[in-house]
Amino acid sequence: MRPAVVRWFYDRRLRDIAAQVLTLAVVLGVAAIFITNAAENLRRAGIASGFGFLDRPAGFSIAFKLIDFTPQDTYGRAFLVGLLNTLFVASIGIALSTLLGFLIGISRLSRNWLLSRGAALFIGTVRNLPLLLQLLFWYIAVLTPLPKPRDAISLFGIAFLSNRGLVIPRLQFGDGSGTFFAVVAAATVAAIGLATYGRRYRLRTGSSLPTGALGLGVVALAAAGSAALLRPAIGWDVPLLQGFNFAGGVRVPPELVALILALTLYASAFIAETVRAGILAVPRGQIEAAHAIGLSNRATLRFVVIPQALRVIIPPLTSQHLNLLKNSSLAVVIGFPDLVAVFSGTTLNQTGQAIEVIAITMAVYLAISLAMSLGMSAWNRAVTPPAR
Amino acid sequence: MTITPSATTGGTATALVDPAEMPPPAAARGPWRWARENLFYSLWSTAVTVAGVALFATVAPRLAGWAVFDAVWAGETRNACAAGGGGACWPFIKVRLGTLLFGFYPEGERWRVALAFLLVALLLLPGLPQGARARRLLRLAGAPSAALGGWLLGGAVPAAAAGLLIAAATAVPWANRQAAARFRPAARWLAAAGLPLLAAVVGGAVFGAREVLLLGLGAVAPAVGVAASGLLRAPRAAALWLTATAGPVLGYALMVGDAFGLPLVETHKWGGLFLTLVIAAVGIAASLPLGILLALGRRSRLPVIRMLSTAFIETIRGVPMITVLFMASVMLPIFLPSGITVDKLLRALIGVSLFAAAYMAEVVRGGLQAIPDGQYEAAKALGLGYWRSTRLVILPQALTLVVPAIVNTYLGLLKDTTLVAVIGLLDLIGTISTATADPAWLGFATEGYVFVGVVFWLLCYGMARYGRYLERALAAPGR
Repeated sequence: MRPAVVRWFYDRRLRDIAAQVLTLAVVLGVAAIFITNAAENLRRAGIASGFGFLDRPAGFSIAFKLIDFTPQDTYGRAFLVGLLNTLFVASIGIALSTLLGFLIGISRLSRNWLLSRGAALFIGTVRNLPLLLQLLFWYIAVLTPLPKPRDAISLFGIAFLSNRGLVIPRLQFGDGSGTFFAVVAAATVAAIGLATYGRRYRLRTGSSLPTGALGLGVVALAAAGSAALLRPAIGWDVPLLQGFNFAGGVRVPPELVALILALTLYASAFIAETVRAGILAVPRGQIEAAHAIGLSNRATLRFVVIPQALRVIIPPLTSQHLNLLKNSSLAVVIGFPDLVAVFSGTTLNQTGQAIEVIAITMAVYLAISLAMSLGMSAWNRAVTPPAR
Repeated sequence: MTITPSATTGGTATALVDPAEMPPPAAARGPWRWARENLFYSLWSTAVTVAGVALFATVAPRLAGWAVFDAVWAGETRNACAAGGGGACWPFIKVRLGTLLFGFYPEGERWRVALAFLLVALLLLPGLPQGARARRLLRLAGAPSAALGGWLLGGAVPAAAAGLLIAAATAVPWANRQAAARFRPAARWLAAAGLPLLAAVVGGAVFGAREVLLLGLGAVAPAVGVAASGLLRAPRAAALWLTATAGPVLGYALMVGDAFGLPLVETHKWGGLFLTLVIAAVGIAASLPLGILLALGRRSRLPVIRMLSTAFIETIRGVPMITVLFMASVMLPIFLPSGITVDKLLRALIGVSLFAAAYMAEVVRGGLQAIPDGQYEAAKALGLGYWRSTRLVILPQALTLVVPAIVNTYLGLLKDTTLVAVIGLLDLIGTISTATADPAWLGFATEGYVFVGVVFWLLCYGMARYGRYLERALAAPGR
C-alpha cells in the first residue's frame, strides 16, 4: 500500500478537481489584480466608472447619420448613430458582396476560358491583399484625386462621381403615394397567390407553369404603371449641378463609397470561393441522374444542383457575412463614423471611460454575431434538404 | 481493344489505317478547336469572350503604360516626375525605400535588422522544399538575389556577406552528410552542446549580465535541447527547434540591442516591412501553441477549463480585431499597476497573438475532431497518459490534417497585422501613409499603395504556395 499522499496524487477525481480549482484560482486571481489596479488607476485619473457618461451631452458632431444628431445630444445617442451606421454599411455590403460573390464564383466555373481565368485573377488578387490596404487605396488613391463636382464623372447622366463622393437619383414619394403602395401591395398578394397556385398545379399534374415569372411581371407592371399615372407625386429626383455642388439626389460621402467598395470586393472574393466549393461539392452523378430522368438544364440547376450546393455554401457564407460586419469597423481608418469610430474612438477619447466603452462595443458585435449566426442556422435548417 | 478493318476482313491485302490512329480532321485540332470549345461554344460565350477581350485591350495597355513604359524610373526628387509622361513616379518609392523597409530605425544600424532576418532565414532553410528542382532553384537564385538585396540595403560589403552566407547555406546538406560520414554521434552531440556553452561562458566573461542572459537563452538552452532530444539525427526538426528557440533571442538581441556593444534602438523607431514581419512572425509563433492549448481546453473533460476556453474563443471570434487591439492598447495599461508601462509594440503583439490564437484554436479543434476514437483508445491501451497520447498520437495526426486551414489562418494573420496601423504603429501601411502625406511628395499615393500591394501579394502568394508544398510533404503515406 502506497502512502496516502501518493494515492491522492494519482487519484483521478482528485486530480481533476485540483486542476479546475487551480485554473479558476489563477484566472480569478489575475482578474482580481486587474480590477484592483484598474480601480486604483481610475481613481488617480479622476474618472468615475459606470455608465453615467451615456447621459451626458457628447459635444461633437457626426458627419454621416441616419437619425438626427446634434452636439447637444448624449453619448448614448452617439452610440446609437454609430451602431445604425455600422448596421447600414454591413447590410449594404452583405447584399452586394453576396450577389457579386455568386456571380464571380459561377464565372470561375464557367466553360469560357476567359471568364474563368478573369474570375480567378480577381479572386487571387483581392484575397491576397490586406483589406486595410484596399480600403486606403480606394479612398486615398482613387476617390480623393477625383475632379471637383464641376468636372464630375457622369454615370449615364443620372449619377455623378466627384471628390465629394457619389450622388445618385432619389425616388421621391409625394402626396398620393398611398395609392401607389396600395397597388403594389395588391399586386404582391396576387403574385403570391399565383405562385401558390403554380406550385399546387405542379404537384398535382407534374408539369409546371411559369407562375413565378408571371407574378414578378405583375408586380413590376403594377409598380411602373401606377408610378407613371401618379407622375408628379412619384418620380426620380435626379441630381443637378448648381454652382459648386450638386443639388437633389442622394449624396453618398466618399468615405462611405470607399468603405462599401472595399468591403464588397474583399468579401465577394471569399464568397466566390465558397460558392465554387459548394457547387463542386455536388456529385457529378446527381447532374447526370437529373438529365437521365429528363430534367432540362435549368430544372437540373434549380431542383438538383442549387439545393444541394446551398447546403454546403450556407455555413461558410454566414461566417463571411459576419467577417464583413466585423471588417466594417475599419471605417475608423478613413473617418467614416461607424460604431468603433464614434464610440471606441471619439467617445473614449473624450470621456476616458475605456473599460465601459470597449466592453459595450465588444458586447454589441458579439450580440450581432450571435444573432446573425442563430438566424442563419435557422434559415439553413429550413432551406437545406434533409441529409442522407 | 480496337478492331482494325483488316482484322475484321480476315487480314486481306487492303491495308486500311486504324481510325483510332488517324489524325483528327483539321477543324478539330489545334488552337482553333481549343478556341471553339473554350471561348466560342455558344452565342453567350462568344459575347462574353468579345467583351472580355475588349476590356483587356483597353485596360492592359493603360496599366502597362502607367506602370512601366510611361513611368519615370530615374531621379531623386519629384521634379524628375513633373516632366514624366503621365505614368507612375517610381523615384518616390526609391527615395522612401529605407523607411518603407525599416521605418525610423537609425540608418547606421539597419544592417542589424537585415542580419537578424538573414540568420532566421538561414535557420529556416532546411524547412524549404527539398525537391531537386527547388534545390537547384535555390542554389541558382539564392546567392545572387541575396547579394542584390544586400546591395540595395547597404553596398558592397553586405552584398558579399549575404551572397556568401546563402552560398554556404546551400552547402549545409552536403556538410551534414560529410559530418555524418566522418564523426561519431557522440562527437557531434558534444560539439552541438559544448560550443554554444563555451560561447556563453566566454561571452559572459567578456560582456555583462544582459549578454549572459541573452547568450544563455539564445545559445545554451537550444543546444541542450537539440542534444537532449536526440534531434541531431533529424536535421530538419533540429533546425525548426533552433529557429523556435534561438531565433527570437537572436532577433531580439540584434534588433533591440543594448548588448554586445550594440546601441539600444527603442521599438517606437521600428517600422515598415520589418515591423510587419516581426508582428507576423511573433503572431505565427505564438498563435499555434496557444491555439492548441485552447483547442484542447475546449475539448477537455473538465467543465471549468472547457467553459473558460470556449468563452475566450467565442468572445475573440465574435468581435473585430480592431476592438481587440484597442483593448490591448487602451485597457492593458489600466489593468496594470501604475508605474509599470508596457511597450506599445508588445501590447500590439499581445493583441495580435490572442486574436490569432482564438481562430487557430477552432482550426486545431477541427483536426482533433477528425481523429477517430480508436486512436485515443489505442494510445490509452499502450499505457500513454493524456499528455503523452495527445503529444505523440493525436496532435501529429490532427495538425497534419489541418495544414491548409492553418496556413489560411496564417495568411489572414499576415494581412491583419496591417491593423496595428490603427493603434499608431508604423508598419508597412503606416509608413506608406506617412510617406504619401509628405508635402514634398504629394499626389503619389497610388504608387505607394501599388508598391505595398505588390509586396503583400508576393508574401501571401509565397506563403500559400509553401502551404501547399507542406500539405503534400506532410500527407501521411498510404492514405
